[in-house]
Amino acid sequence: MAGRHSLFGPIDPAADAGWVDPPPRKGFFTDTSVCIGCKACEVACKEWNLLPDDGFELLGSSYDNTGALGSTTWRHVAFVEQGGRASVDLGMPGLGPPAPAPAAPAPGAGAVAGAPPGSEPPVSAAPAERPDFRWLMSSDVCKHCTHAACLDVCPTGSLFRTEFGTVVVQPDVCNGCGYCVPACPYGVIERRPGPAGDPLAGIAQKCTLCYDRLRSGAEPACAKACPTDSIQFGDVEELRERAAARLDVLRAAGQDEARLYGAEPDDGVGGTGAFFLLLDEPEVYGLPPDPVVTTKDLPHMFNRASAAAVALLAGAALSFLGRR
Amino acid sequence: MSPRGGGEPAVVPDAEFTSYYGRPVVKPAPWAADIPAYMFAGGLAAGSSLLAAGADLTSRPALRRSGRVTALAALGFSAAALVHDLGRPSRFLNMMRTVKLTSPMSVGTWILALYGPPAGLAAVAELAGVPGVPRRLGRVLGALGRPAGLAAGLLAPPVAAYTAVLLSDTATPSWHEAYRELPFVFVSSAAAAAGGAALLAVPAAQAGPARRLAVGGALAELLAEARMERSMGMTAEPLHQGGAGRLMRAAKLLTAAGAALTLLAGRRRPVAALAGAALLAGSACTRFGVVEAGLASARDPRYTVVPQRRRLAQAATRSPRA
Repeated sequence: MAGRHSLFGPIDPAADAGWVDPPPRKGFFTDTSVCIGCKACEVACKEWNLLPDDGFELLGSSYDNTGALGSTTWRHVAFVEQGGRASVDLGMPGLGPPAPAPAAPAPGAGAVAGAPPGSEPPVSAAPAERPDFRWLMSSDVCKHCTHAACLDVCPTGSLFRTEFGTVVVQPDVCNGCGYCVPACPYGVIERRPGPAGDPLAGIAQKCTLCYDRLRSGAEPACAKACPTDSIQFGDVEELRERAAARLDVLRAAGQDEARLYGAEPDDGVGGTGAFFLLLDEPEVYGLPPDPVVTTKDLPHMFNRASAAAVALLAGAALSFLGRR
Repeated sequence: MSPRGGGEPAVVPDAEFTSYYGRPVVKPAPWAADIPAYMFAGGLAAGSSLLAAGADLTSRPALRRSGRVTALAALGFSAAALVHDLGRPSRFLNMMRTVKLTSPMSVGTWILALYGPPAGLAAVAELAGVPGVPRRLGRVLGALGRPAGLAAGLLAPPVAAYTAVLLSDTATPSWHEAYRELPFVFVSSAAAAAGGAALLAVPAAQAGPARRLAVGGALAELLAEARMERSMGMTAEPLHQGGAGRLMRAAKLLTAAGAALTLLAGRRRPVAALAGAALLAGSACTRFGVVEAGLASARDPRYTVVPQRRRLAQAATRSPRA
């Protein structure tokens, strides 16, 4: 049950929420270095969770016409176009033969049987020819924080901690107060604006980590649909090890700016259930650089408010002293 | 624009700011004018209940009556604003499913649920002496008035203070960074508003405590607000810009003018009424200004990213090099 670290610090969130013998904590490791920006995750999420469209507008921000996570977008692919940087070979699979390739017939030389060994194929990716430009693509999602501010501040108990350590909204309990919206340090959860008559209009919504699929042993729709394994689903403990190993590979390849985001259990939100391997500062992708769960300061806030309340009582009493 | 917080050591270089197409990082609260109106009315009700309780104990019937009636009217208004904000009155009951100490809104709901009935009863008890009310009912009401009024007075301070925690317990930069002083701003604002309302309604002979509460509240509000801006760092900027800036300037002006008028000529009814109206308007402007500044700070990613970057840089310089 609620312990010393219930408001802040490393805990097992499911156990802290009172689950007895919960299964291992589940989460996402999103490796943005292999994201190709196909948006299969966005579409799969919309399909599985029956999310309505976000409007059909061109935002003028590269290929991102979704904009941000919200009540109708539970996976969001960010597109960042960066110039002025030397790119690094990440060891991605590409076209063309592997390095010690047997010679291929040169185009137009089809009639000649057996070209001279050592002739280069016309398509090569020599480092010097790479443009001074890179794409950053990243599929963003609810972080399913160890200390979730949205869950902390919900006055109805609509938001709850699942046995998998994730955070889910119960739409039939949510009363639409909207308090979770400003509480989230990542700007994930949102009140669905409409249309009027939709039973979910006015209700706060966000990624459930496909709670329905998890309960029947399936992996979330976005991870299932990701063609490059940029989105990996599994036990958080194991995913953290996998992420650390991948980070080592990228660092060894000279990708000095690679970093893990949300994988540290002693960060401001106690570590996130969904964490990321990023190739630049978090804010480049629209993520906060050092998010802290607001409830960390709550005891202090209540102390200040109590002092203010006592001061008001004393002030009112004092105003009755003296003449009429 | 205000200068940066005083005496910050300049060891950390200014944080560089980048963002994703200038989009907000945190989401602004989906709250319209209902919420600041609700906060203003709640503060007015709380301060009025305090004045009424004091007036009851010190035999000032006119001040007692105006306090109790103002409290009930303001409470009714704030409840209507809250239900309008929810948009689904039937779902208000979901608030009653749980008591949750980590949710200031849950705590506030229960504080209001405890405060509302005695405050309402105390106001209804003012009907005791009114001709046309049956004598038996009048006697019951007369007996209940004092305990109900005193209970409402004791429960009133939390009503005035909790809304500050409600705003601060969010990731909205200008609300969260204000958490140390915002409760003091809000309770002083409540005192000034309640004093102002009483100045409008009560003859000068009984309005002494209201004048003192109004002036004390106004001065405390101005002081607490100045301290708050200094401790907020760069997140104080939205309090000076745009619509929020205009509201905060109006709040300061109206509050100071109301206090000055009360001090100079608060015993003359027309001047007292003018002072009371200025104090009420100033208190309302404070709530609307603080709410609007927070929303503006959430819309601009700078107020989320730069302080966090600075915090990281400070932690890096402080930690021993490993």
